[in-house]
Amino acid sequence: MWVTIFRGSTAIGIIALLVLLVNIANGAFGYAMIEFEVNPEELTEGEIAIEQLDKDALVQVLQDNVSSGLYRRLENDKPFAERDHENVHNLVIEWVVKPQVAYQWTLLDSLLNRSEIQREAEEEFPGLELRFVSWLDTEFITNPQSGDPIKAGVRTAILGSLWTMLIAFLFSFPVGVGAAIYLEEFARKDRWINRVIQTNINNLAGVPSIIYGILGLAIFVRALEVFTSGSIFNPGQLAGNGRTILSAGLTLGLLILPLIIINSQQAIRAVPDSLRQASFGLGATRWQTIWSHVLPSALPGILTGTILAVSRAIGETAPLVVVGASTFITVDPEGPFSKFTTLPIQIYQWTSRPQDVFRSIAAAAIIVLLLMLLGMNTAAVVLRNRFSKRI
Amino acid sequence: MVTIGIVYELGKEALLFFTHQQWEVPNKITITSIEPAWITFEVSSSGSEITEGMVIRVNDEVMLVTEAQGDQLSVIRGYQDTEVSFHPTGQEIEVANKVSLMEFFTKTEWNPQIGRFGIWALVSATLMTTIIAILVALPLGLSAAVYLSEYATEKTRSTIKPVLEVLAGIPTVVYGYFALTFMTVLLRTIFGNDRVEIYNTASAGIVIGILILPLVSSMSEDALSAVPRSLREAAFALGATKLETATRVVVPAAFSGLAAAIIVAISRAFGETMIVAIAAGAGPAFTLNPFKAAETMTGHIVRISGGDLSYDSIDYNSIFAIGLLLFIITLILNIISQRIVKRYREVYE
Repeated sequence: MWVTIFRGSTAIGIIALLVLLVNIANGAFGYAMIEFEVNPEELTEGEIAIEQLDKDALVQVLQDNVSSGLYRRLENDKPFAERDHENVHNLVIEWVVKPQVAYQWTLLDSLLNRSEIQREAEEEFPGLELRFVSWLDTEFITNPQSGDPIKAGVRTAILGSLWTMLIAFLFSFPVGVGAAIYLEEFARKDRWINRVIQTNINNLAGVPSIIYGILGLAIFVRALEVFTSGSIFNPGQLAGNGRTILSAGLTLGLLILPLIIINSQQAIRAVPDSLRQASFGLGATRWQTIWSHVLPSALPGILTGTILAVSRAIGETAPLVVVGASTFITVDPEGPFSKFTTLPIQIYQWTSRPQDVFRSIAAAAIIVLLLMLLGMNTAAVVLRNRFSKRI
Repeated sequence: MVTIGIVYELGKEALLFFTHQQWEVPNKITITSIEPAWITFEVSSSGSEITEGMVIRVNDEVMLVTEAQGDQLSVIRGYQDTEVSFHPTGQEIEVANKVSLMEFFTKTEWNPQIGRFGIWALVSATLMTTIIAILVALPLGLSAAVYLSEYATEKTRSTIKPVLEVLAGIPTVVYGYFALTFMTVLLRTIFGNDRVEIYNTASAGIVIGILILPLVSSMSEDALSAVPRSLREAAFALGATKLETATRVVVPAAFSGLAAAIIVAISRAFGETMIVAIAAGAGPAFTLNPFKAAETMTGHIVRISGGDLSYDSIDYNSIFAIGLLLFIITLILNIISQRIVKRYREVYE
């Protein structure tokens, strides 16, 4: 009987994981009732689908249905003669058809009660289009952030995430590996200061991430504002705002530093002593031994640990909210001094909105995030398996 | 270095929080004009009382009240390096309101707009989510660990452990989404929509429990596996069943490791941020009802720093005070767990 309880508890963990994944998929796909401001069938008088109209006809539709001011503005942005068919089609959808989600169903509902949904849809929303929507599609990944859930995408957020990760990596990898080499190869273990440092690093790994966010806010965003906002590099400019990719990257770098140090220490410790002694025996100096023997054999372990640490950083939300990631940005980040948003922050923002449709795109963004994490973890595992047999 | 940095920065800004003066208007006005040389003057009897030791402000001059007899105030003029000047009659008097440590640690209302900073409003919510999380994760995690180390075959263990580790690798914001869209809905269906609010600490706590479950189970499993085989075999030889061996011999032998695992889990649950920020609610409330919305320390920090927080506001300083407290608590928990492992570890050959 106890065995059943033990087994059941273990199963609950696995069930929780499954429910979590199903729940996300449940939000990301499903039937939705799409409401149009102008029904596309009316535009073409029901003869052909709007996608099949040629470009000139689409421009005509646009001219007939939007105000002349807007038409001129679009023409000024880029003349219609130079736009391609797809672009004009998108404009028609954006300015004339204006699709909106009136009601939506979850994936489980959509699969199990299909006929009921169709009946309900006809009764309650006559004349509207019932569509099976996958909120996760290529447009979702390539579109920039937008206030309109149908058009919103995660390109800006993905780029922001990649930038912050890059900076976090560039900052913490050299520092972390350097610290690990010092602690393992040079530091004398019997001196109290080194023991204090070691305990400290272990403790730092357990500090809640939001504390790092507060620290980043005080140090990188505020105290080092001239540096992190980039105004030090263009003296002519007004002092900028320190809430940039650089600040965020450094904050995350600080966050993963203890993890990288601990992982690298373990990897270096795993290098057999005989290797070092052989090298010393051949007359190599201590630094030569470390550089050409210890580090190469420890590198796979160090890299695996680093990838895992960076993949922890990519999912971090709280410190970045505190450091001040902007939540509504439609422009791609251009460099370390841009404002930015990241994938987890986007998910947080969308989840916090009361409308269901934002929950759906949050679910789609979660799938993107999980796929990125999965990719990185697979890389770590592959790396570990490929190199672990060499020593 | 980083630890010193954290303590220094948090401490500095937290100190500012406790010395930050906010001016309140107690609805008192001067009823005589005040010459620069005067050290006593009279104020109107309306409004709330001014007592000895208060710091008051008339126009731009700050004064320290040394004696207050009815409406007659004796003051030290030009306090805090302000300029002594003449004030005409009918001036509004402002009273400085500092956040005292006493108030911070004993009061239960947190409302920055009216100068109430009682940390218990936030701590109570944090404690509640933590306790719920531990209630979920402790029994499940420990039994899973016992199952994995004592009962499961090598093959089952090698498939289940990675699955649990996947659970640990999922970003917490995803758990936040899960708490809001699944756990809350589930709780509301079970207990009724009118008893369970949309944002509540119960759902956040349960999901934090799921989050720390892999942590508890994997640390405990390591501790249990470290118990030498000879101990188990001795128990079997004495006629103990598998269950008796597990609960009477292996678990006590691994006690220090298990305790450490639990403390680390508590510390993790304490500092957990995104789940509570999304699912627990946005507004400090002192309540012990897990179905009501309440804001935890971490949730509060995230919410008020979400916008463009101005650097001089008391809100900005308050997140450092909360952060410092959070840091100290988690640090103490982590140190305790390391000590337990060191001191009570039974060494077997």
